[in-house]
Amino acid sequence: MRLAELITAAVLALLSIYLMFKSAELDIGYLPGEGPGGGAWPFWLASVMLISTILIVINWFKKATPPSRSTEPFMDDFAKKSLVKVGVGLLGFIALVGVISMYGAMLIFLVYYVRVLGKHSWPTTAALSIGLPVIFFIFFEALMRITLPKGMKFTEPFYNFLNTIIY
Amino acid sequence: MEILGHLSDGIWLSLQPLNLGLILIGVTLGLFIGAMPGLGSVNGVAILLPVTFLVPPSSAIIFLAAIYYGAMYGGAISSITLGIPGASTAVATTFDGRPLALKGKASLALVTAALASFVGGTVSNVLFTGFAPLLAHVALSFGPPEIFALMLLAFATFVGLGGDDIPKTILSICMGLVFAAVGFDEISGEPRLVFFGITGFMHGINFLVLAIGVYGLGEMIWTIESTRGEMTTTDAKMSLKTVVADSKTAAREGWRGTAIGSLLGFFVGILPAAGATPGSLMSYGVTKMLSRKPEEFGKGAVDGVAAPEAANNSASTGAMLPMLTLGIPGSPTTAILLGGMVIWGMTPGPRLFTDEPAFVWGLIGSFYVSNVFALLINLAFIPVFIWMLRMPFTILAPLIFVLSVVGGYAATADMHDVWLMLGFGFGAYALRKLDYPLAPAVLAIVLGPIAEPTLRQSLLLSSGDPMIFINRPIAGPITIIALILIFLPLINLIRKKMVAQA
Repeated sequence: MRLAELITAAVLALLSIYLMFKSAELDIGYLPGEGPGGGAWPFWLASVMLISTILIVINWFKKATPPSRSTEPFMDDFAKKSLVKVGVGLLGFIALVGVISMYGAMLIFLVYYVRVLGKHSWPTTAALSIGLPVIFFIFFEALMRITLPKGMKFTEPFYNFLNTIIY
Repeated sequence: MEILGHLSDGIWLSLQPLNLGLILIGVTLGLFIGAMPGLGSVNGVAILLPVTFLVPPSSAIIFLAAIYYGAMYGGAISSITLGIPGASTAVATTFDGRPLALKGKASLALVTAALASFVGGTVSNVLFTGFAPLLAHVALSFGPPEIFALMLLAFATFVGLGGDDIPKTILSICMGLVFAAVGFDEISGEPRLVFFGITGFMHGINFLVLAIGVYGLGEMIWTIESTRGEMTTTDAKMSLKTVVADSKTAAREGWRGTAIGSLLGFFVGILPAAGATPGSLMSYGVTKMLSRKPEEFGKGAVDGVAAPEAANNSASTGAMLPMLTLGIPGSPTTAILLGGMVIWGMTPGPRLFTDEPAFVWGLIGSFYVSNVFALLINLAFIPVFIWMLRMPFTILAPLIFVLSVVGGYAATADMHDVWLMLGFGFGAYALRKLDYPLAPAVLAIVLGPIAEPTLRQSLLLSSGDPMIFINRPIAGPITIIALILIFLPLINLIRKKMVAQA
């Protein structure tokens, strides 16, 4: 936990410096007749962020906060495993949206989560992973007329068919 | 008397079939969201906000407020039957609710919680109806310096009263404000903070992307990790007869806590950093302090259930007061409601009362209606909610994830934002483990687009002199209170050092 606290503060400090540089691409000073320049607001906020990270590091050296005293690991085995399982699932889900459409990706994600991670029965898995995309499709495409991503070309005939039903 | 006229119009509006239907669905969803450990009103409102694009704004806000309301009732259900607070707002309810349940008096605790919630809700609704138009009227004269001073006060309360690590709180606020500045500079029209030239940043970072990332994805991952063990539920046997008997006991033994919680909760709820969680904890503490039998607290005192439950409902209404009248949210949940109002094309602030009376009074009327339905649905379906609490997390979690991803996409129709949301989710998980408070960041990304232009307009008015925030009669005191709150931790530190030396 102690190491994680220091690394996080360092990463946030780097982020602050980057944000300061990025803000400085616009005017950060006071322009007479125009008020503060466009970059002033984010620049000074980012510099306050930098000061905060310095204070966090000082607290770390003084062991003034609970995470800077804790000798427990930042993540134990259970936490690492569950983060990897869930994280991979979410990454896969979002990556698949562009390939097999939002609804297809949702189906795969639900099968993965409910069956593989949750170890629920196939009937439960099937009910959820087919039922939810159908409900979402009816709600978004038919009721709200919001189109969610349809993925690559090959899904077109399938969705064209569904569209003839709802429109 | 004019207020009563508006109020009856508002109640009439909220009883229209569409609105009434949304209240019923919202309250039921809210009860469920509140009861599920790991999900609170803020998660529910953030994840379901994109769904409301289907209905007009006046109905959308009623729906979301009903979820907020229901969640305040629902939190008690798992606090009592599981011993795990269903939402942070119900933490104090576990102190005496769980011991009561273990003594076999779960139904008494549940009935007390429901009745106290109802009274708390009613008291705060009346206070709200009385105060809101008055405050909005005063706020009509506010110019940019006053509005910026209020923003400063909102952030200062997090620093001075939030109780979290102070450098981390300040970092969280500033980070939210910088994220809000991404996109283009409104005054010069130049692109600003377009990271690595990725065009997805050109339209800015939508507050929902951060809110769903933090409260939908990040918090779910965190909950999966922290509730690793199996949970055991305590059953509550309930019938109409026991409810009547329990109501009598609750009224006799819980009136004091209910009264304290209702009043204290409302005023704590108004403060931006406070909201329902500290409101309920404070009410618990004060009730215990004033009780004639303080030794019973923690062992199953009825007052100990009544006080926090009355307070969290009362505070949730209190938090709406600054949101609706000043355009400054009193809690993370109201911050998201405020962001929703912007998406629906409204301008939050005191002018709402004159420009959109149907929206404002429909919402206020819906508080009263939601409160009644929350009580009835809660009491009628307690066994159903307890049954639903047994739903395995491996079914609930993927549902939340799917809703989050779809909701994040629907907000802006850009996959770039979904990826960004996932990044925020992982980031929020790591920061949360290290005690970084994230509510200030969500509040800041909502308030940023108001804070920056008001600051720049003020400085333009005064040709660059920051004293404009001190010299103006209304902005002055607000700024000074804000500065005191910001420096309060520092003053305390110096005082402690001086005492230590003496």
